[in-house]
Amino acid sequence: MELCNCIEPPWPADELLMKYQYISDFFIALAYFSIPLELIYFVKKSAVFPYRWVLVQFGAFIVLCGATHLINLWTFTMHTRTVAVVMTTSKILTAVVSCATALMLVHIIPDLLSVKTRELFLKNKAAELDREMGLIRTQEETGRHVRMLTHEIRSTLDRHTILKTTLVELGRTLGLEECALWMPTRSGLELQLSYTLRHQNPVGYTVPIQLPVINQVFNTSRAVKISPNTPVARLRPAGKYMPGEVVAVRVPLLHLSNFQIHDWPELSTKRYALMVLMLPSDSARQWHVHELELVEVVADQVAVALSHAAILEESMRARDLLMEQNVALDLARREAETAVRARNDFLAVMNHEMRTPMHAIIALSSLLQETELMPEQRLMVETILKSSNLLATLINDVLDLSRLEDGSLQLEIGTFSLHLLFREALNLIKPIASVKKLYVTLSLSPDLSEYAVGDEKRLMQILLNVVGNAVKFTKEGGISICAFVAKSESLRDPRAPDFFPIPSDNHFFLRVEVKDTGAGINPQDIPNIFMKFVQSQPLATKNSGGSGLGLAICKRFVNLMEGHIWIESEGAGRGSTAVFIVKLGIPGRLNGSKLPFVPKGPGNQVKPNFSGLKVVVMDDNSVGRMVTKGLLVHLGCDVSAFASGEECIRAVSHEHKVVFLDVSMPGVDSFEIAVRIHEKFSKRHDRPIIVALTANTDRTTKDNCLRVGMKGVVLKPVSVDRMRSVLSDLLEHGYLVETQ
Amino acid sequence: MATVGQLQKQFVDFSTSLYREGFLDDQFIQLQKLQDESNPDFVFEVVSLFFEDSEKLLNNLAIALQQQVVDFKQVDAHVHQFKGSSSSIGAHRVKNMCVAFRNFCEEKNLDGCLRCLQQINHEYCLVKNKLENVFRLERQILEAGGTIPLIA
Repeated sequence: MELCNCIEPPWPADELLMKYQYISDFFIALAYFSIPLELIYFVKKSAVFPYRWVLVQFGAFIVLCGATHLINLWTFTMHTRTVAVVMTTSKILTAVVSCATALMLVHIIPDLLSVKTRELFLKNKAAELDREMGLIRTQEETGRHVRMLTHEIRSTLDRHTILKTTLVELGRTLGLEECALWMPTRSGLELQLSYTLRHQNPVGYTVPIQLPVINQVFNTSRAVKISPNTPVARLRPAGKYMPGEVVAVRVPLLHLSNFQIHDWPELSTKRYALMVLMLPSDSARQWHVHELELVEVVADQVAVALSHAAILEESMRARDLLMEQNVALDLARREAETAVRARNDFLAVMNHEMRTPMHAIIALSSLLQETELMPEQRLMVETILKSSNLLATLINDVLDLSRLEDGSLQLEIGTFSLHLLFREALNLIKPIASVKKLYVTLSLSPDLSEYAVGDEKRLMQILLNVVGNAVKFTKEGGISICAFVAKSESLRDPRAPDFFPIPSDNHFFLRVEVKDTGAGINPQDIPNIFMKFVQSQPLATKNSGGSGLGLAICKRFVNLMEGHIWIESEGAGRGSTAVFIVKLGIPGRLNGSKLPFVPKGPGNQVKPNFSGLKVVVMDDNSVGRMVTKGLLVHLGCDVSAFASGEECIRAVSHEHKVVFLDVSMPGVDSFEIAVRIHEKFSKRHDRPIIVALTANTDRTTKDNCLRVGMKGVVLKPVSVDRMRSVLSDLLEHGYLVETQ
Repeated sequence: MATVGQLQKQFVDFSTSLYREGFLDDQFIQLQKLQDESNPDFVFEVVSLFFEDSEKLLNNLAIALQQQVVDFKQVDAHVHQFKGSSSSIGAHRVKNMCVAFRNFCEEKNLDGCLRCLQQINHEYCLVKNKLENVFRLERQILEAGGTIPLIA
């Protein structure tokens, strides 16, 4: 069937319309063809577009539409059947494709829409993350600020610097308008404005501490927002501007603000300072949580730093105090030393001054005794003699005691015979005892060696004192003296728990017990016996009606000999036993003496060999010089004797081993001579040993001799034995042992 | 002619009395110990020297104390010397006198000094006599062939 779609144009007016249709169709077709091209081009460019298939479909749809419209161009005029067919085909295709596309779009448009929502969601998420990152960054910055602040605050131990730095740094970090610190006053009733950021010198006004707002702040460890109108926050002169927000926080203090330390802090009475921070006015800024946290942390750090500063201040104060005390102590010590020296000087002078007239009196009285006297005169002289002897003994005792007490008394150690000592004591006491018809027995234990090393004179003094007392206070019966070597069990006196004698190889302990059948002593009096100047009725303690010193001196001597002395008594009328233990040396074992031991005793011919020993003697007294020379010659030395210092110095050579200088020559400075002799020999071992000969025994002379380098002091006149022991001492030790 | 024994007894008695009466002291005994074979006349020599020295000193003392203005320091120096030599010999009483004399010197007591000088002179003469006696007795004993007993 032939469709004739040709429409003959009835009228020529339709030609214009046809022309416009023609053009429009052409352009539509153009558009239809260009759109897919554009699409394809941009899709090719983008790699991610997921719906290519849809685009292709769409493109096809559009192309076909375009084709249709294009073919339409040919249908306006007469057209053949082919054109009609093509037209139809294209229309059909277009229809198919467009329906397919429509159907497809139903599926994919929701998808496309959901993409949009996801995109929105992601954008929101991104914004949120951004915000959070901003927050974290702020926090990290805050943390950094805190660290830096802490570092600043803790880098100094000075209280003012700490507080000032805190305010400055806080002001900087938080951009504060004003920052102030209120410290509690000494009374604790008010807060005083101590430091501010902007005003360099705070006026120092105070605020009572009991304000409610202050209590509120003190009761919590957090930073608290307070009203700008509170007195503590009125830090700026009132102005027309709106004050910024104010925050206050407490700062715990360990002590009062001016650090008066009386005792360590008790946590219950915590004191606080108040830190007030003001944001810039008119800035509409708010206090953020992280800023508040920063403030709290800083407040804590400040508290710690302040406590450290306080500790430092305290320790420096303590050190200053100690130094002051040191100085004072030093002064006191020096004063004490001066006092002791003054006393010693006094004693030394008195020693000589008191003794010399005493000796004169005694000497002259005894001489007087020898002359022709009438009986009354003789009686008077005897009394004078007795009294002056007593006085002399008393003076000696007192001087001895003071020397004992200040420790300057030294024992004169020597070897002596124990048996002889006891026998002598016995002989001395026997006459008095027999007058009172008392018996005296002496028993020496067989294991007591015959000789011992110690201070013989003082041991005798102790023995005589004890025995004398025993005899004095016994009316009938007698006394018995026992001496033996003390074994360790018998060494301890139960009443003297701190006496621990330690036996050794070179020493032994001599125990002497003096038992009497006399008046006895009351147990409560016993402790007083050894105290000086104390006299209880039955027991005046010196042989001849006492000064109260005798037993005290004994006790001192016994102590010097590292021993112990005590008295036992069962009570009045039951007698008493005096016991003393002293430490003595064992002769021959003590100092490994190379020379044979020479005991004192008549008829001893042992002579250590000094033969050929070259010795120099200087003495301006011809007799004395001759005697000393003879003495040394007798001992085998090769002696050169001189009368003057000059000759002596000239003659001394390195061959001479010992030089004896008389130092009691008036008008001659023997000490200078000693120094010059020393200077003559540059080498130590060439120098002779210089020893002083003198009739003067006082300590000053001794000290002077020792000071110029003399190795010993020998008392004139010298006996043979004494000179022998002096020489052996000098040769063995290089100095005189007991002088040092 | 007295026998050795008698002479010795006389010697011992005399010597002991000297010690007992204080004319001599232990120092003299020490001196005697120094006398041995190598030095047989030691004591005699020393004592002779002492006599010489003492006489000089006593002279000087007399002169010094007779001056218009007495120099007590000088006097004291002399007495010091005398004290030294007498104590070296063992002349006990002389030495004691020297001690007293020195006290008077320190006090510048002229009267006391003069009195002391007198007494020292007296003592010195006494002790000189005694010592000369001792030597005489010793000589007699030795001439009689005996040995001099030891006084301890």
